[in-house]
Amino acid sequence: MEMPTPNAAVLARKAKLVERLQRVLPTDAVIHDEAETLAYECDALTAYKCPPMLAVLPTTTQEVSDVLRICHEEGVPVVPRGSGTSLAGGALPTADCVILGVARMNDVLETDYANRVIRVQSGRTNLSVTGAVEEEDFFYAPDPSSQLACAIAGNVAMNSGGAHCLKYGVTTNNLLGLTMVMMDGTVIEIGGAHLDAGGLDLLGVICGSEGQLGVVTEATLRILRKPEGARPVLIAFDDNEVAGQCVSDIIKSGILPVAIEFMDTLCIKACENFAKAGYPDCNALLIVEVEGSEAEIDYQLSKIVEIAKRHNPVELRESQSEEESAKIWLGRKSAFGAMGQMNDYMCLDGTIPVSSLPMVLRRIGELSAQYGLAVGNVFHAGDGNMHPLILFDANKPGDLELCEEFGAEILKLCVDAGGCLTGEHGVGVEKRDLMLHQYTAADLEAQMAVKDVFDPAWLMNPAKVFPLSVTEARRDARIAAE
Amino acid sequence: MRPETEGQLAEIVARLSEPVRILGGGTRGVFTSGAELSVTGLNGIELYEPGALTLVTKAGTPVAEVEAALAAEGQRLAFEPMDHRGLLGTSGAPTIGGVVAANVSGPRRVHAGACRDFLLGVRYVDGLGQVIKNGGRVMKNVTGYDLVKLMAGSWGTLGVLTEVSLKVLPMAEAEETLCVAVDGVAQAVAAMSAALGSPFEVSGAAFDPAAGQMLLRVEGFAGSVAYRVEQLRGVVGGFGDVSMAGDSATLWRDVRDVAAFQGAPGDVWRISVKPSDAPDLADRLAADGLLFDWGGGLIWARVSEGTDLRAKLGDVAGHMTLVRGKGQAKLQPEPAPVAVITEQLRRRFDPRGFLNPGLMG
Repeated sequence: MEMPTPNAAVLARKAKLVERLQRVLPTDAVIHDEAETLAYECDALTAYKCPPMLAVLPTTTQEVSDVLRICHEEGVPVVPRGSGTSLAGGALPTADCVILGVARMNDVLETDYANRVIRVQSGRTNLSVTGAVEEEDFFYAPDPSSQLACAIAGNVAMNSGGAHCLKYGVTTNNLLGLTMVMMDGTVIEIGGAHLDAGGLDLLGVICGSEGQLGVVTEATLRILRKPEGARPVLIAFDDNEVAGQCVSDIIKSGILPVAIEFMDTLCIKACENFAKAGYPDCNALLIVEVEGSEAEIDYQLSKIVEIAKRHNPVELRESQSEEESAKIWLGRKSAFGAMGQMNDYMCLDGTIPVSSLPMVLRRIGELSAQYGLAVGNVFHAGDGNMHPLILFDANKPGDLELCEEFGAEILKLCVDAGGCLTGEHGVGVEKRDLMLHQYTAADLEAQMAVKDVFDPAWLMNPAKVFPLSVTEARRDARIAAE
Repeated sequence: MRPETEGQLAEIVARLSEPVRILGGGTRGVFTSGAELSVTGLNGIELYEPGALTLVTKAGTPVAEVEAALAAEGQRLAFEPMDHRGLLGTSGAPTIGGVVAANVSGPRRVHAGACRDFLLGVRYVDGLGQVIKNGGRVMKNVTGYDLVKLMAGSWGTLGVLTEVSLKVLPMAEAEETLCVAVDGVAQAVAAMSAALGSPFEVSGAAFDPAAGQMLLRVEGFAGSVAYRVEQLRGVVGGFGDVSMAGDSATLWRDVRDVAAFQGAPGDVWRISVKPSDAPDLADRLAADGLLFDWGGGLIWARVSEGTDLRAKLGDVAGHMTLVRGKGQAKLQPEPAPVAVITEQLRRRFDPRGFLNPGLMG
């Protein structure tokens, strides 16, 4: 992965920078020892690594502001980091950067059940937001797979989704307000506990900006009362196309399931071997989950079963108990682990219009044969968010490069089918150089204009999202100005 | 000026030498000066996939046409956009581009989300005449910055919308509305909070103080609606007598369009606040008419002409929009650091300041 050449002038100022940062932060919050900065060399996209020059772990918005002001004055790039679970390299450092980790900022600031909001510091993990309101039977809806570890800061940066977003939406639909520090140290407050922020929807553009506009330190999130219950049905088909048609018919029927998950042959087999979930031998498997009271669940499941039967499923398994539900979900939830046991894998997350599903799966199969690399498909079928997992051998010379090339082909295919490069993981460094396949230069220029306003010097996470060739002039202008 | 293609529109904007007032149906009371630039020539639904819950349409398409196409497949715009004609005394056909430009959402916003939450993609012509696209037609998309949200509610000041792509949802098989006779705003907001904080999926929570009635809407499959209505009786029964409304659909259309203020004199303000702040604010408003939606989070206030509500109420956590009336900024001025950002954004999207200048500050 190509990254900008580290700025020698910045590296030469390391000692001065450490000294200035130590004046505004507790001693243990400035990490400059080379053995310790190694801990920040990558995120969950472990194929790419580079230790940062420094890492800092502030505990308050004021400390974040002090750090950014100093880095701004010293011309040092800053890479914000939540819990480092990005699958796209969103928190990948450069050798001349300061990693700003928000992990120590994990307090709940306010819980307000009457107004159905919670205000938290951004380093708090996704699942512990729900943990803070569970005793009153409330929850925070977006549920990325990494929710045990991932931070709200990263969720906001990547506009994270999850399996249940078909009904509840993604981060941006559940974010009401935030406190953010801009690169020059200015603190801004946007939105709050009221539903619609006034003026331009800055909340909307900050969410999903991949840590390039500022460091979010606090967030006001919508919390919801938990449904009375939820149960899935498992539906097995011989054919992908038929499964796709079934998904479309369920959606058209007026039922809004909380999740519709899809797995193909390779994934089903891998999960079965790994988790022994008792999945049937079939080519396409759907898990459809609905919510409500017992009677409401029964009614919705019966309608789904009725629709599914029209498509001649090879098996239908309606969960009748919590144990059965857990078993149905067990395989799906261990899909990544199961595939990981088979080999190294690269996980993509392009999104396609649901109607293109059969065509895209067929084409991925053809490409798989052409590249000689196996692909398992598991995805959020209700919203077309695919997760092809390409298997490769990291120890075999050339395999990673071959896999990257194959992955790029799949993502281009998603775009050509009317979809997009990434549905929930973000662009990061991983898909940066494919952006011109989805957008024109003018489209990207309009996006970069937003960054120009928030971070004119292009110091905040500068080598991500846009192709390096496209951002080169802006990054060079900063270095020349020093 | 009334271009009929995106290309013509782009050319017109590129050649502008003075500010324009961008117009869809002209029903939402936009007050800027300048020559009219109508988008109604960009008309027609381009793609509708009911099985994928997505619709792509040119921006000048009448809302009625979009809603009719959706209804034919048993679907709808779940954010329930308000029709401003009755309240503002305007005529014309509201366009979908106008709905998006003003981020217009109705009572279901409290449950389902706002217009911006259902907007999947846009195409627009920026202030220099360049055609830009952002987002797409799929429900999950985090590819690059989300300019889609930025365009929703930008009132044309960042660009002229030419195409919008929306997520749509199935219509409900049944709907019922519970009416609860409550005593005063504080009690109404407390009751609405209890209902919205229950697991019974209330899709509308409004209070009409003139009638002393708090309304709760429940939608879904008939059996589910009946069940939830019964459960909600238990949740809000302690707040006052509960009865069932006769015509739920009409009631909520009236809440959506603020029918209570139609034909009544004075300025109309729309105030977005934290619901629990609503009772105190309502007292201080001393309004001639009030209507509460979104569980108390949206206050409609009718006051004497020319009242400067922002000055009167001081610093409120939320924002106030002057929907009907003149003499003050339509949209709430922003605090200093944010105002600088939004001003710079407008300057980047529309460097010459020709698109609806002054509308947002």
